[in-house]
Amino acid sequence: MKEYPKYPPQDAPHSDVEEIKRRSMYLRGSLLETLADPITGSIPEDDNRLMKHHGSYMQDDRDLRNERHKQKLEPAYQFMLRVRAAGGVVTPEQWLMMDEVAHKYANGTIRLTTRQSFQLHGVLKWDLKNTIRAVNDALLSTLAACGDVNRNVMCNPNPFQSEIHAEVYHWASKVSDHLDPRTRAYHELWLDGEKIIDSRDNEEQEPIYGPVYLPRKFKIGIAVPPSNDVDVFSQDLGFIAIVEEGQLKGFNISVGGGMGMSHGDSKTYPQVSKVIGFCTPEQLIDVAEKTVTIQRDYGDRAVRKHARFKYTIDDRGLDWFVQELTARLGWSLETARPFHFEDNGDRYGWVKGSNGKWHFNLFVQNGRVKDEDSYLLMTGLKEIAKIHTGDFRLTPNQNIIISNVSPNKKKNIENLIRQYGLTDGQHYSALRRSSMACVSFPTCGLAMAESERYLPTLLDKIDPMLKEVGLEEESIVIRMTGCPNGCARPMLAEIAFIGKGPGKYNMYLGGGHTGNRLNKLYKENIGESEILGSLKPMLAQYASDRFTNEHFGDFVIRAGHIRETFDGQDFHAQG
Amino acid sequence: MELQVTNSPFNQEQVELLNRLLPTLVDSQRIWLGGYLAAIQYAGIGTNQNAVLSSTVAGDTAPAASAIPVSQSSTQSKSVTVVFGSQTGNSDALGKKVAKKLEAQGFEVTVSSMGSYKTGNLKKVENLLIVVSTQGEGEPPDNAIPFYEFLFSKRAPQLPNLRYSVLGLGDTSYEFFCQTGKDFDKRLEELGGHRIADRVDCDVDFDEAAGEWIEKVLLALGQGQADLLSEVKAIDSGALASESEFSRTNPFQAEVLQNLNLNGRGSQRETRHVELSLEGSNLHYQPGDSLGIYPENHPRLVDELIEALGWNAQELVPVSKSGDQQLLRNALLRHFEITVLTKPLLAQITELTGSPSLAILQSAGHEQELRDYLADRDLLDLVVDHSLIGVTAQQLVPLLRKIPARLYSIASSLQSNPDEVHITVRTVRYDLQGRDRYGVCSVQLAERLESGESIPVYIQHNPNFKLPEDPNTPIIMIGPGTGVAPFRAFIGEREETGAQGKSWLFYGDQHFSTDFLYQTEWQHWLKEGALTRMDVAFSRDRDQKVYVQHRMLEKAKELYQWLQEGAALYVCGDEKKMAHDVHAALVTILEQEGNLSPEAAADYLTQLQQQKRYQRDVY
Repeated sequence: MKEYPKYPPQDAPHSDVEEIKRRSMYLRGSLLETLADPITGSIPEDDNRLMKHHGSYMQDDRDLRNERHKQKLEPAYQFMLRVRAAGGVVTPEQWLMMDEVAHKYANGTIRLTTRQSFQLHGVLKWDLKNTIRAVNDALLSTLAACGDVNRNVMCNPNPFQSEIHAEVYHWASKVSDHLDPRTRAYHELWLDGEKIIDSRDNEEQEPIYGPVYLPRKFKIGIAVPPSNDVDVFSQDLGFIAIVEEGQLKGFNISVGGGMGMSHGDSKTYPQVSKVIGFCTPEQLIDVAEKTVTIQRDYGDRAVRKHARFKYTIDDRGLDWFVQELTARLGWSLETARPFHFEDNGDRYGWVKGSNGKWHFNLFVQNGRVKDEDSYLLMTGLKEIAKIHTGDFRLTPNQNIIISNVSPNKKKNIENLIRQYGLTDGQHYSALRRSSMACVSFPTCGLAMAESERYLPTLLDKIDPMLKEVGLEEESIVIRMTGCPNGCARPMLAEIAFIGKGPGKYNMYLGGGHTGNRLNKLYKENIGESEILGSLKPMLAQYASDRFTNEHFGDFVIRAGHIRETFDGQDFHAQG
Repeated sequence: MELQVTNSPFNQEQVELLNRLLPTLVDSQRIWLGGYLAAIQYAGIGTNQNAVLSSTVAGDTAPAASAIPVSQSSTQSKSVTVVFGSQTGNSDALGKKVAKKLEAQGFEVTVSSMGSYKTGNLKKVENLLIVVSTQGEGEPPDNAIPFYEFLFSKRAPQLPNLRYSVLGLGDTSYEFFCQTGKDFDKRLEELGGHRIADRVDCDVDFDEAAGEWIEKVLLALGQGQADLLSEVKAIDSGALASESEFSRTNPFQAEVLQNLNLNGRGSQRETRHVELSLEGSNLHYQPGDSLGIYPENHPRLVDELIEALGWNAQELVPVSKSGDQQLLRNALLRHFEITVLTKPLLAQITELTGSPSLAILQSAGHEQELRDYLADRDLLDLVVDHSLIGVTAQQLVPLLRKIPARLYSIASSLQSNPDEVHITVRTVRYDLQGRDRYGVCSVQLAERLESGESIPVYIQHNPNFKLPEDPNTPIIMIGPGTGVAPFRAFIGEREETGAQGKSWLFYGDQHFSTDFLYQTEWQHWLKEGALTRMDVAFSRDRDQKVYVQHRMLEKAKELYQWLQEGAALYVCGDEKKMAHDVHAALVTILEQEGNLSPEAAADYLTQLQQQKRYQRDVY
């Protein structure tokens, strides 16, 4: 039997997930049967692994687990469905579709993700097909929103430089399309595509991925300086737009970033990517494809925890990678060009773009779009979508921009913003405006502690401390996740909390304000009182002792509260 | 206690033999032996042992054979045939009881259910006793339908030599009270029969009235052999030695082991799963049997009633004919029915109060109005609507019916849950005329019965809803909602006994997520193979409402194939809609898959019923 000749560097037996993918016939598995099984709202774990590649995975309402067990009911199984749009750009029609399916099939809310995607939670197995079809009919997709493939390509939504954005967005979409899986399984399962015996061989079916896809997820993001809102250094493959004299010249290329790690396993660590050179826009797709194929061929398929691209590069060295890339490209990268980032946050409120159109950056706490008694955010956005002729842009900070509003429409949109009290966050502290939290409980199966449901409460308690020392308008990047997989990119935040157990967090300090430096563990396994007790004196000291324009993440290092992390490989080093 | 010559009727040799044997017996053997000895006494010393043994061992379950010859005695030539038509088992038990008593008096008795009685023999019968209950809108029980239809058909023979009497069971809160009994009584007369004792129509609390009927027929048949009755009683109590001392008339106080709501959050439903302990009761049951529960009325309703009538809760009122007295509030809580109105009660109250509005309600031309009123009003409505102020407790309370027991299909297998009985009860709550209404028993279970507390129960055997004797026979079970309860017992039993027959369950309710009763247990049984397949219909998860009969029709081909392989069909749950729709679906399936005419399909199902391969427990 032919033994995967494309993956020679690995001698160790492949992990079970690799086997599942290999046997799946290009992501089909037994999904057709298990999705139809009427006795359970779940699907078997093997199929769930494949399901991720279709943009969804099974979760259950963990709040109800014990209660339902006693009631002789299976867990409240439900599916998270991730809908991707390259660069987070969607039309008003697409927004209205999302609003509709969220109410009809999901839990009535939309979650904006840190990768400019939509998430629907609480979709039942029986409703998946209708939901995915609705998404597809609106020209969006869930394919490859999760799984061991290239994920949603992130792109700065910067409304200042409208022409540049349009151009960068164009390339982001091209890269995204180019790296889409080609399997027909998606059409067969969800869109009633005819099931045909595919006579194409592996090369034809998945010319880039092959039958086993990538060893792990792969993330690409494109930043447009001075904004690093996409956290370009957290990406497996990052591109930094180089704009000279108002012209897009090309992109610096950075490789080997990634957030995820496991508690207690220092062989796993977050990493920031390294800039290796420059390419022109026309070379972008080639660079992306070849980088992906290098990871496909050299990534670790034996140990999943060690399978991300960052380990492939760290294990073999950056020089090796550049050499391999050059060999596959058949040409050499140019030297990287200078660039400068100012921050990784959003610019809230109304701004006028260079094309004369207006943009309103809305603050969405933790990316959760929903209606509450006193804040009808979801309805407000729906009403805006009904009259809006521009587009919506999901930001990498889980916010939303009502974008490309023509001057004569601005009044109408403004009226709706006022009517529904939609906020740009100006009455919140700058800390809250720079905050992010992952979903965590009750739906995320990985969660160890609360995140989205808890961070606002914690901020309520930090805000008075800031006010006391006059830091309400000081932007400090603060992020929280329920587990160390890094969905809200906490390892790049100036202050971060990573869930350890119920009510307990590891606290990290010292990330770079522009997303350029990893933070470091400050205190382990602490609860709220110790968090607040630690922060209070530090914030007071920062207020009084900081240098001009010195960011909190830099200050805590200078003040000796935490050691600087220079590279992912010394992330765990203490003292 | 060791047996000795001095403390027993045995001689030395017998005593020694017994003393050697008795200590070696395990419980089940002792129970068996007790029943055996009691039974051979009935059977006239050891004749036809096999028949007696099998029926004793099987508890109260009637063997599947067509008729049970209770006696082979030759001392009397007088023969009596007892046929019963039973839905829940009461007529069955009463029919067998009267047979035993006749047998004890030396009659040659043939006792049979209507479902298995050979109608061709009717012409030869001299003495016929009929015990039959009435269902819903005045219909006969399922398994009595062929017998009923035969008697009312042109094929029915003239019966000029027949002596007969009818005992009807029913419920006065239904419009067509004891209608089937009345029909039989009238029809036998039309066919030339001679009524030897007047028909007795029993209300839900039937013991006393049924006892009187039995005495009357015994007298009529035995032509004055009343002196034998004392002997009958002696034998009766002897026979009970092997059984539990607890019964419908002497319920067991069962402790609640667990009481939980099976419906998940967000459900429109509440369904209690109640586990009760039978420890120390010596009560036994089989899958398909029911549990009787004596509930208490809702304290709020009792208090409202007392207040509306201006009564004194502490006043003593009679609670039985023998003159026992209790405080009014207790009596209304535990002894009397106050949630259901009956025609006789209305008549008596009208007489008592002279209420003109009540008199009008019962007068000619107001039949529909009366029907509607009786259908959903309770005693408090009656008091308020007809201003019955001034009636005393002493006057009104004696007119009330005893609170009847509620029957629930048992949801557990005794084999897999020794000393326990489980039930599945949907809580009934609704609003009527601006007042919250409660299902008496279901709301008591839901609100006022916690673990550790006790409730009076008894076992109601139901021979008409039993697993096939052959463990290899495939079974098809249709039980939406709480109708699934007995099938939990069926599958639990089949798992425990390692039965190899295939099984197929159709289940349905409103929502998959919250209303899938016992979901994880079915999943387990499907995985382990005790349950072969399962189809579900959740009516409110889709725009289109889907019910179990739709799933049956979708699977018509396989379902027909199972029937052709000899599968037994079971239907449990709502009678009015579900059981009717399921029956119609079965007819359609037979027409479609078996190429049968509508008549032939109906015949097919009738035959299944007669072969006990189509059994229903509907309510």
